[in-house]
Amino acid sequence: MPDVLSAPLVVEFPFTRSLGPVQSAFLTGLRERTVLGVRTCDGKILVPPVEYDPVTAEEIRDLVEVAATGTVTTWAWNPHPRRDQPLDTPFAWVLVRLDGADTALLHVLDAPGPDAVRTGMRVRVRWAESRTGAITDIACFEPYEGEPGRAAPHDGEFADPVTGIVTPARLDYTYSPGRAQSAYLEALAGRRVVGERCPSCRKVYVPPRGACPTCGVATTERVEVGPRGTVTTFCVVNIKAKNLDIEVPYVYAHIALDGADLALHARIGGIPYDQVRMGLRVEPVWTEGSRHPDHYRPTGEPDADYDAYKELL
Amino acid sequence: MRDVAIVAFAQTDHLRRTDELSEVEMLMPVLHQVLDATGLRTSDIGFTCSGSSDYLAGRAFSFTMALDGVGAHPPISESHVEMDGAWALYEAWVKIQTGEADTALVYAYGKSSPGQVRDVLTRQLDPYYTAPLWPDSVALAALQAQALIDAGDTDEAALAAVATRSRTDASDNPHAQLSGAVPAGDYLVQPLRTGDCPPIGDGAAAVVLAAGDTARALCARPAWIRGIDHRIEAHGLGVRELTESPSTRLAAERAGVFERPVDTAELHAPFSSQEVVLRKALGLGDEVRVNPSGGALAANPVMAAGLIRLGEAAARIHRGESDRALAHATSGPCLQQNLVAVLEGESAHA
Repeated sequence: MPDVLSAPLVVEFPFTRSLGPVQSAFLTGLRERTVLGVRTCDGKILVPPVEYDPVTAEEIRDLVEVAATGTVTTWAWNPHPRRDQPLDTPFAWVLVRLDGADTALLHVLDAPGPDAVRTGMRVRVRWAESRTGAITDIACFEPYEGEPGRAAPHDGEFADPVTGIVTPARLDYTYSPGRAQSAYLEALAGRRVVGERCPSCRKVYVPPRGACPTCGVATTERVEVGPRGTVTTFCVVNIKAKNLDIEVPYVYAHIALDGADLALHARIGGIPYDQVRMGLRVEPVWTEGSRHPDHYRPTGEPDADYDAYKELL
Repeated sequence: MRDVAIVAFAQTDHLRRTDELSEVEMLMPVLHQVLDATGLRTSDIGFTCSGSSDYLAGRAFSFTMALDGVGAHPPISESHVEMDGAWALYEAWVKIQTGEADTALVYAYGKSSPGQVRDVLTRQLDPYYTAPLWPDSVALAALQAQALIDAGDTDEAALAAVATRSRTDASDNPHAQLSGAVPAGDYLVQPLRTGDCPPIGDGAAAVVLAAGDTARALCARPAWIRGIDHRIEAHGLGVRELTESPSTRLAAERAGVFERPVDTAELHAPFSSQEVVLRKALGLGDEVRVNPSGGALAANPVMAAGLIRLGEAAARIHRGESDRALAHATSGPCLQQNLVAVLEGESAHA
């Protein structure tokens, strides 16, 4: 059995989100060094604010400015900051009830060590130097010994309000495709195509994923297929994909490799797009240094009979 | 209401890494085990439901690949939840209650090894106020643990004792990832030490549900689901009282937990501190056997660990070791969502 392959896989996504009136006011407020809460139906002030009362589900819009000082309600010391967390030196996670608020905000506290942190300690906001209208406009909290601040009415109106945020995220994986797909990929590196046969229905699947989707059993018997095959069906692509250096129009096709019971899909080259047809006999074309065939091209053989591939459409 | 029971349960060995197995390759053996145990074939199953998460796999629609393992061609009646498989079991139970199916196959799987599960789980948090700070799953549990310590509900020694009891019990569980004497270790996020936190690993589980006489025909002592309910709390951590779990309490009430004593409780508490919260919410005394399997502190395949609690509780009833068991599953940060079921053996119900 070949070694199991693995490769880095990075998933990155910059989600663009629109804000409702309450979240817009809150995040715009942070940009202006102002912390806003919202008053619930029974008079509680929620910070951070939400648009609907957590108890009654009624829409709430009554904004209130609370102080940038507050009290730690619980905490946890993080000795090993992780990538993207607000501080890169050891810090405390804290829930802080800001003066004037009835609920607590999650953020981080810059403190020299866990002995300097306790529940009930007084803290204040340290504002980020560059603020854009995001929760990270609060750089962190810091210890504070002064007088408690107070809540005050606020109309929630700001010039140039923030109406949307972009929240970038990146997650890093090391992807392993498992036994069956590793074997397939290893064979491709030697310019061979292998499938796996189901022990129950005897069908040969390519690429193999280790299971027969009809019988729900492991496919284990390796079978070399192709490399030649037959176009079973196809489409003409007229829109150029971003970052893809292929002239349009081109043909993308389902190809039943000889000996396989499932068609795989690939681009057809070496023939004008309007001459590709069902039954066309094709073979893979590898480019130097690439594991996967770049495309399939006509072999010059006579077309396959429809009956030879109709079950694979 | 129809009588519905768990009639079979299987789980993989839970391992730190399973690079040689794709998700479907990891899953297939447990699917075959529950089908073999009941003598059912894929074509006999009325409804199939699964739980898993794309964020663990790092791929969109990853569950569709796993479907190959159940034989989804010709077409089957199937559904998926993007959360723990315990909620897939709930959906399957509802499906059977509607009369549209008499049997259901429920499975769940998760491979945490390809990514950093602490970071991955931050993506389930509110994207406006919380997720941009990347508070990882251990950090959030640690905030809850400190709140419990401040409230006088526990201390670090008591938390260590929970972890030790769990992993000692896991010595009898051949599937567990951690068992025996596991050191308390250093603080991961204070006040939680490595010993208070679940192992990171890969695993899968499957159960078969069946109604009425079908269940009796498939299993010598079916684990009847006498009640099942799930509840959710506010997403904002600062809105909640973290030392309490009112959603667990309410789900347990609606599931009928408090009508008669239970002898066993399988609690889905990945962190030692969460067992303290759940015991309090459920009013469990020392006479109740809690997590004889070792619980999530011994094996925590994310997205399957909750279904495994239902399976472990059912298996104890199948074996005659329990007459009335409580099974609990959780999802989300700091026990945000909670599912509670009451399982009974036939004699206890008569």
